Formats: sequence, structure tokens, C-alpha cells
Amino acid sequence: MPGITREEVAHLARLARLELADEELDHFAGQLDDIIGAVARVSEVADQDVPPTSHPLPLTNVMRADEVRPSLTPEQALSGAPAQEQQRFKVPQILGED
Amino acid sequence: MTDNSTIIKLTAAEIAAKIASGELTAVQVTEAHLARIEAVDEKVHAFLHVDREGALAQARAVDEKRARGEKLGPLAGVPLALKDIFTTMGVPTTVGSKMLEGWIPPYDATLVKRLKAADVVILGKTNMDEFAMGSSTENSAYGPTGNPWDLTRIPGGSGGGSSAALAAYEAPLAIGTDTGGSIRQPAAVTGTVGVKPTYGAVSRYGMVAFSSSLDQGGPCARTVLDAALLHEAIAGHDPLDSTSIDAPVPPVVEAARNGSVAGMRVGIVKQFRGEGYQAGVVQRFDESVELLKSLGAEVVELDCPSFDLALSAYYIVAPSECSSNLARFDGLRYGLRSGDDGTRSAEDVTALTREAGFGPEVKRRIILGTYALSSGYYDAWFGSAQKVRTLITREFEKAFEQVDVIVSPTTPTTAFPIGERADDPMAMYLADLCTIPTNLAGNAAMSLPCGLAPEDGLPVGLQIIAPALKDDRLYKVGAAVEAAFVEKWGHPLLEEAPSL
Amino acid sequence: MTVTELLSYEAALAEYDPVMGLEVHVELGTKTKMFCGCSTELGQDANAQTCPTCLGLPGALPVVNAVGVESAIKIGLALNCEIAEWCRFARKNYFYPDMPKNFQTSQYDEPIAFDGYLDVQLEDGEVFRVEIERAHMEEDTGKSTHIGGATGRIHGASHSLLDYNRAGIPLIEIVTKPIQGAGERAPEVAKAYVAELRELIRALGVSEARMDKGQMRCDVNLSLMRKDAAEFGTRSETKNVNSLRSVERAARFEIQRHAAILEAGGKVVQETRHFHEDDGTTTAGRIKDNAEDYRYFPEPDLVPVAPAREWVEELRKGLPELPRVRRNRLREEWGVSEVEMQAILNAGAVDAIVATTEAGADAASARKWWMGELARNANEKGVSLEELPITPADVARVSALVASGDLNDKLARQVIEGVLAGEGTPDQVVEKRGLKVVSDDGALGAAVDEAIAGNAAVADKIRGGKVAAVGALVGAVMKATRGQADAAKVKDLILEKLGVSEG
Ligand SMILES: [Mg+2]
Ligand SMILES: [Zn+2]
Repeated sequence: MPGITREEVAHLARLARLELADEELDHFAGQLDDIIGAVARVSEVADQDVPPTSHPLPLTNVMRADEVRPSLTPEQALSGAPAQEQQRFKVPQILGED
Repeated sequence: MTDNSTIIKLTAAEIAAKIASGELTAVQVTEAHLARIEAVDEKVHAFLHVDREGALAQARAVDEKRARGEKLGPLAGVPLALKDIFTTMGVPTTVGSKMLEGWIPPYDATLVKRLKAADVVILGKTNMDEFAMGSSTENSAYGPTGNPWDLTRIPGGSGGGSSAALAAYEAPLAIGTDTGGSIRQPAAVTGTVGVKPTYGAVSRYGMVAFSSSLDQGGPCARTVLDAALLHEAIAGHDPLDSTSIDAPVPPVVEAARNGSVAGMRVGIVKQFRGEGYQAGVVQRFDESVELLKSLGAEVVELDCPSFDLALSAYYIVAPSECSSNLARFDGLRYGLRSGDDGTRSAEDVTALTREAGFGPEVKRRIILGTYALSSGYYDAWFGSAQKVRTLITREFEKAFEQVDVIVSPTTPTTAFPIGERADDPMAMYLADLCTIPTNLAGNAAMSLPCGLAPEDGLPVGLQIIAPALKDDRLYKVGAAVEAAFVEKWGHPLLEEAPSL
Repeated sequence: MTVTELLSYEAALAEYDPVMGLEVHVELGTKTKMFCGCSTELGQDANAQTCPTCLGLPGALPVVNAVGVESAIKIGLALNCEIAEWCRFARKNYFYPDMPKNFQTSQYDEPIAFDGYLDVQLEDGEVFRVEIERAHMEEDTGKSTHIGGATGRIHGASHSLLDYNRAGIPLIEIVTKPIQGAGERAPEVAKAYVAELRELIRALGVSEARMDKGQMRCDVNLSLMRKDAAEFGTRSETKNVNSLRSVERAARFEIQRHAAILEAGGKVVQETRHFHEDDGTTTAGRIKDNAEDYRYFPEPDLVPVAPAREWVEELRKGLPELPRVRRNRLREEWGVSEVEMQAILNAGAVDAIVATTEAGADAASARKWWMGELARNANEKGVSLEELPITPADVARVSALVASGDLNDKLARQVIEGVLAGEGTPDQVVEKRGLKVVSDDGALGAAVDEAIAGNAAVADKIRGGKVAAVGALVGAVMKATRGQADAAKVKDLILEKLGVSEG
């Protein structure tokens, strides 16, 4: 499997909303390339006809009844908010779509 | 009157018995441990937060309960060190990260509720690798924890605070979480006992997620019996966790009280030795196998070729899940917000917050996981890793048709010096070589001390692995091994640790 | 604002065939959210219906709402879908402030229902089959209010305020396969599909599906292909088209806009578009480049949903009659035309009329009241028929009083007015207001005599053969009896007294 380039790391950082500094990007790019090289062995099984395991438990159909449980109070909900206004979470302007 | 230095060396079972009989009060026990923390934690740095008031209030409540003649639970009044990954209502929870500095959760984790219901006294929150990512506790945003055997060495990770607290006699019980070995590896390098229960045995509700399909909370203690008592207190079905097992908790305490390996078949896996294993570790492991034989176990050699792919699969699955689990830390609803100068957008503030709030290992794993899940790579990376999980699970199943438990070294080396692997992720990742297969398959495992490595005099851990839902076997075997070693050494291993 | 070039609709359809894809999100009417026990009741204080799970607090975990799954299966069955034997939730990863976890718990390649269809009937009765690709379960986002901008819009706002009461409310997303072959009727098909779906959802009792309350939201994807082309064109995705009329207008506008671009030799850009209710236009939103990468993977905090076949069959047995089938049955029973039936449907009066007939009224009078007096009243107040403070039983009672001759039309209207004003049941209103047809000859006779005496000239004219003038005397009697007289009877009496016979 091919390694990972600095540009790819920059793209992934954007997808993951990480504002990496330039030096950080260089440093990570090298390390990630090493890690990816090391873990690439998993692709040995890519062509094998084996079902994937996404979860260690063979459980299905875990559901709850549609019954109301107590919510937090708005004060509790907002207790960790970096900023609030009108009992709502105050956030910087959202880059909109319109 | 028992003095503090005696109290702190008691086991949890002994403390509970003495409180129940009235020989000690819970307040007395709590004060002894708080004094010990005060005395040594500046050096050890096991705790991020000590909840003195909360602990004493809980202890007083236990004493009052006893005074009223109410029946006390098996761990009533026993102090505990809680990994700072569980939410505690009204008590700071940081997960070892700047991202959550000062965050006070408005709710208790299910595990915390159970501990409180069992009248366990929670002393405070212990240090850990940020978001449980690491094997040394050096990734904590609040500085490293020292290994009480040698303060210049790592106490393991991610739950290094919990293992160090036990080894430093700051608490007789602790809680850890194990995603790739974070309970067992710290136990191994500090000469303590740690158990990763079967996945789904202990509720994850209120345990800050690293990798949801791998994370599992579990007990840490200085003896196998204490671990079993704690296991029983925290395990059981939780309707708030969809992945929680709805079945009775295996009889772990009974097993711990009746240790035996006679007539058991014990497997040793070919893949759990070789390059990278320290000689002294291998030596102590081989001695352990001989001990098991002498106790009446039959030893069977096993070949599990897929185990060689476990580390690779783990470093795809865990980062993938973490990249998604940690997306919620965006500086908008709780925790750190950075760069909000009134002109920047929410998007920019989120990116700046995450840059400022996460340490390098967390960022590395988020990027790695984002990569493994991204379109065009998913099948080759995440998909393949999931196939490896299936293969490993099948090999375990096959193995457990032949043996009752599997044993291995817990970790290939003893505690390494702080700083040695700090910026070498691949070297760091090797610490979890033997513990990871169990997380991928979801079955249960324990680490307990099996001696000191001759070359450095540091503890070596023996890992016992049991099939899913057969956690009691860990305790049955563990108790037998522990008793035999203590008899051989003449005392618990931890007594050989230097005094702080 | 730039004016968008449009081609005339006729010209567009002469050259191109529209291909549509409709994505409808339905908010379920469950008591609690999809993954936590918070109430879904509307109109509560901001952030009063949140918990660690729907706020995405560290450590919190989801648990699936069983009624959410049941509703999804019912919808799937009613849409003639296959119901998955085993399916999972997935995480759709992207950052947005209204989404607390920064991923949406949704379904991806394993929807609970797939491969179905819905037959929709156009206004002239033609039936068009819309193929359903999938119906899957997911969760709603919170609500943001933008502060500081001139219009409360996101653009130009200084900051935003977030209320997560809506975050986590169950949604079912229903996606059609590409709708082809509707030609010029495509916008009409789109509207009829959404209308039919709405009726279906309501009939299933899984949601009120009120588009005006955001309980049902529609995205219209549209592309054009030249009549001789073999492949679909580039599509636009018009988001949040939230009324039936808007669905039709949005489709029509996009057909004309795409056609204008293609005719001018241009290329349609794959982008999201925003629909504007005021003028029926759309404007460009986000361009869909390939930067969007949702990194779907199976939700590790939830276990698979594997609906037992017995459960599915039980739910299938419990399905109500499909709205279209029921509508056609009622239309025949009531003996009304397609157009009239459509009007009843548009007024949302079908259920009220049915309930009124079930309470004993004949269909014609039930229809008359609900489509007349009551529809007008609801319209004036801006509420739905169900929200009027009158029950089908009340209407049936009024209708019975008319049939028995105790009330005439005019009095009946007053009774209804009284009921709507909260004066009580129809009988109570009759009692309190003293509304009763006066048909007793003695009482009427006196009023008639008075009217003849007071209008001697008119009476003479009638005697002289101008029978048509009787209306004036009837009017006088009705006035004197405050409308409570039986007008036909009054007329007969006057003519009798004046010794004149009609015709
Ligand atoms: Mg959707
Ligand atoms: Zn909630």
C-alpha cells in the first residue's frame, strides 16, 4: 500500500477540523507514513472471504420502551458551555449555506 | 488503634472486614489514605484531582449506616482511585486532556453510581494518557506519573495513575479502562493486579469513549480477591448501554476464594514470544508456566497466526472509532474554546480549539482514523481490520476448544524510562502486543505479578486470558498462581518495592 | 440579486425529459427521542429537553427507541418495501454546530426498508407509480438562531444560539428511485407523491406529518436529459421545500432553469439549491465537490436491528387501508367527482367527514358542513379542521336536527357558530339561544296576519296575481320570527290566507 503524503495529511486534518501548524504537519506526515507502513499488513486479508467483525458481541435488537425519562435541567445542560445567551449555547457565527 | 502505615497496606477485603466489625471506621481508613496521598503524590502524581470532602462525606455515611445497624456491602468504606475517564457529577473530569480542563459533568457514569451504591469511597480521579491513548501516561496533558518502583520510569498506560496509586499504597482499589491493554499493562509494570472483563460486562455509560467497540472498564487492585470484589461491584447489565451484557455476572468472588488449576488445560501461544521480548520477562513467564504445571495444570501449545496482525488491526480500528468519538470536542458546548475573538467563524474556532486542546498522540490517531475511514480507503483499511478481528476471534474460539485459559507475558518488557519512547509511536505501540488480541475479540483477561526481571529488578506481569463470559476462570487461575507465588516469595511482590 | 435565466416550460419539455429524486424526512411522533428518553413535545423551554446523550456529552451512549423502529417498519411496509432481516446504524461524520456529536447516527448501506413503491394519483385520476429506493432511520439536529444579521439569516450574523431540544428526534428518510417518464407532469407527480406520502404517514399514525411545523421536509433533486440521451444529466438538490405547492413550484423552476443553462450550451453545476417561498425561485447553495467525505462506518455504540419476521408480519396485518384506496372507496360511496374529492383532500376534511358519517350523518350533509362553514372558519383562524373546537359528533347532531326539521339551514349555521364559540353542545346552543324552527300553525298564523296587515299594498298585488311578490311578506315573517320559521310553510300560509294558488 502506498504511503501518505504531506498534502494528504493536510487534507485529513481539515476533514478532522484540526488547525495543524506547519512544523506539526511535517512531523506528523513522517510519523503517520511510518505507522501506515507498519499497519499495512492488514491488507493481507483484504481478499479473503471473511465476514467483518464490527463488534465483539453477537447481540441484536437492544431497544428501550418509548417512555420519557427525566432530562437535565437547562442549567445543567448549559453548565459547561463556554458561552451562553437566552438559555442557549452561544457559538461563533456559522459559515452558512445561504 | 491501627496506625495509618498499617491501614494503607491492608487489602480491600481486610479493610471491609475491619469496618464491618467496627475495628476501623470508614473515616479513619479514608483519612489514612488521604494522608498517604498528601505525603507521596507530589512525587508519584497518580491523582489529577483529590476529592477530600466528597470522600470523607461518603465515609461518614458508611459509618452512620453501620451505626444504624444497616447491613454493609462487601466493599463498604473501602477507598478507591477512579481513572479520570468516568464522569463524576460535580467533580472535575478531564480524561487527561486540556480539552476538558475544568469540566464538571452534570451526570454520574453508571460505574460511579454502582460504586456509590456499594458504599465505596472515591478518593479522587487518577492520571491517564490523554483520552486513554498511550501506554505510559506520558501523554497526559497534566504531566507524567511515576512508577512507584522507580519514579523515573513509566507506570504503564493509559491507566498509569490508577496502577501507581495502588503500588504507592494511596488506594487499595482502583478503576481502569482497557482498550488495548490499558488496565493490564500498567498492572504488569507496577506489580499489581488488573482485569479487563469480557466486553460488555461493565457499563460504558459515562466512560468517555476512545474506541467504543474495544473499550472496557475493569477492576485494579493489589490482590486477586480484591479485584474480584470490585469486579462484582461494577459489573452487570445497564439499560443505558446498548452493548451491555444482559446476563448474570460470573461468580468471580467465589472463584477468587477457591483458586485452583488442578486438571485445567492451559494454553501458551507461539505468537506471544520472540523478537522484542525482554529476556527477564520471558524467564519469569517460563517459570510461571512451570509453576502452573506443578500446580496440576496441563500445558498445551497453540498456534494463532492471525495474532501477528492484531497490532495492525488495532491501530486501524481504534483510531477510526476515536476520530469519530472525539469529533464532539469542538469548543461549542463544553470544555475548552480557543481562538474565539468575536470575528472568527464557528468552524475556525472549532479547528483552533482542537489544535490547542488535543495533544500530539490524540491528533495522530484522529488523523490516522480519518484516513482509514475516508472514501477509497475504507475497504482496504477499516474493512480489512474488521476481517482480522473475525480471524482472531475464530482462533481464540478454536484455542478455547483445547484449553480452559491461555497464558502469556502481559507486556514484552518491564517499565521503560519516562521519555524513552515519547516521540516514537511505533515503539510505544509494541507495549500492547500481547494484550490487544483480547480487546479485538472481546474476551476477558487478567494481569498479575509473576516476579521481578533479573536484569532490572522491575515487575513482570503474567497475563491470563479466558473465553468471553468466563471471567471467573481468570480469578480461579489467578488466585492459585498468586497464592503459590506469595508462598514462594514469602510475601506479596509489592513489598519489594522501595519505600517512597 | 441576479435574475436567473429561465426557458419557457413548454420549450423545456419539448427538448428534455425531467428526472427527479425526492428525499423526504419525516419526524416521528414518538414520545421520546430516537436514542434517549428526552421528551419530544414541541414548544418547551430552550434546552429543557436535553440529556447527556442528545447533548453529546462525553461518555453518554445511545439506546434505540423501539417505537422508532416499529414506525420505520410500518412506513416501509406501507411503501411496499422489503424489510431488512438484519441492519445497522452507521455514523455519518461531519462537523456542524447543530449536531452535538458532530456525527449523525443514521443508516447507510443497510437501511431498514428498501425496494418499494408508492402509487400516487394525479388530480385527473391517473395513477403514477413512484419507486422507493429506501426508508431509513436517523436523528434530527438542534435548532440554531442567528443573531446580529439583518434578517435573522445565517449570512451576516455575528453569532448563533443553539437549542438542542430537537436534536435526536427520530427521523425517517424516504428516498425515491429516479422518477422518470412523468414528462410535463413531473412537478405534479412530485407534489402528488409528497401529498400521498403525507396521507400515508398520517394514516399509519406514526406522525402528524405537518409540513408547516417541519414534521415533514422535502428535498427535490432534479436533472434533465435530452430526449435522445442515454444518461442522466447533472442534478441539483433543492433543500427544504416545505409545502406541497412549493414542491411543485421548485420542480418546475428547476426544469426551466436547467433547460435554460443547457440550451445556452452551459453545464449544470452539481450543487444544493435553496428554495424561496416568496417568489418560487431557487438560489445556489453549497457546491458538491468531492471534499465531502462522511466516513460512514457501523455505529459501534449500537447493536444490529434484526426485526423478527413474526413481528414484521404482525405489523403488516395491522396496516390501515392505504389512503389512495380508501379515498377512491369513499369517493364512490359519497358519489363525488375526482375534482371534488381533491378539494376535500386539500382541505384535510376526509377524516372529519368520515367520522361525521360514522356518527350518523349522511355523507352529503357532513361534506357540506366541513367543506363549507367549517372550512371557512378554519381558514379564517389559520388552523386545521381538527383544531376547530367542534367534534364530528357535534356536526352529526346538527345535521340530524336539520333532517328532522327542528333546524333550518340558517339556524343550523347559528348553532355551529355557537359551538365554535364555546357555548356548548349543539343541543345546549339550541336551548340557550332559543333556536328552533317555528312551524306550529297558530304562532305562524299570527305572524302572517301581522305581515299581511302591515304590508297591505304588497298583499293586494299578490291577490291581483303577482305571486312573485310573496317573497317580501315571507321576509317580513322571517324577520318577525328571527329566522326561526319554516320558510316554505310561511309561504304556503300567506298564499292560503290571500286565497291565491301558485302557478
Ligand atoms: Mg438524512
Ligand atoms: Zn436526551
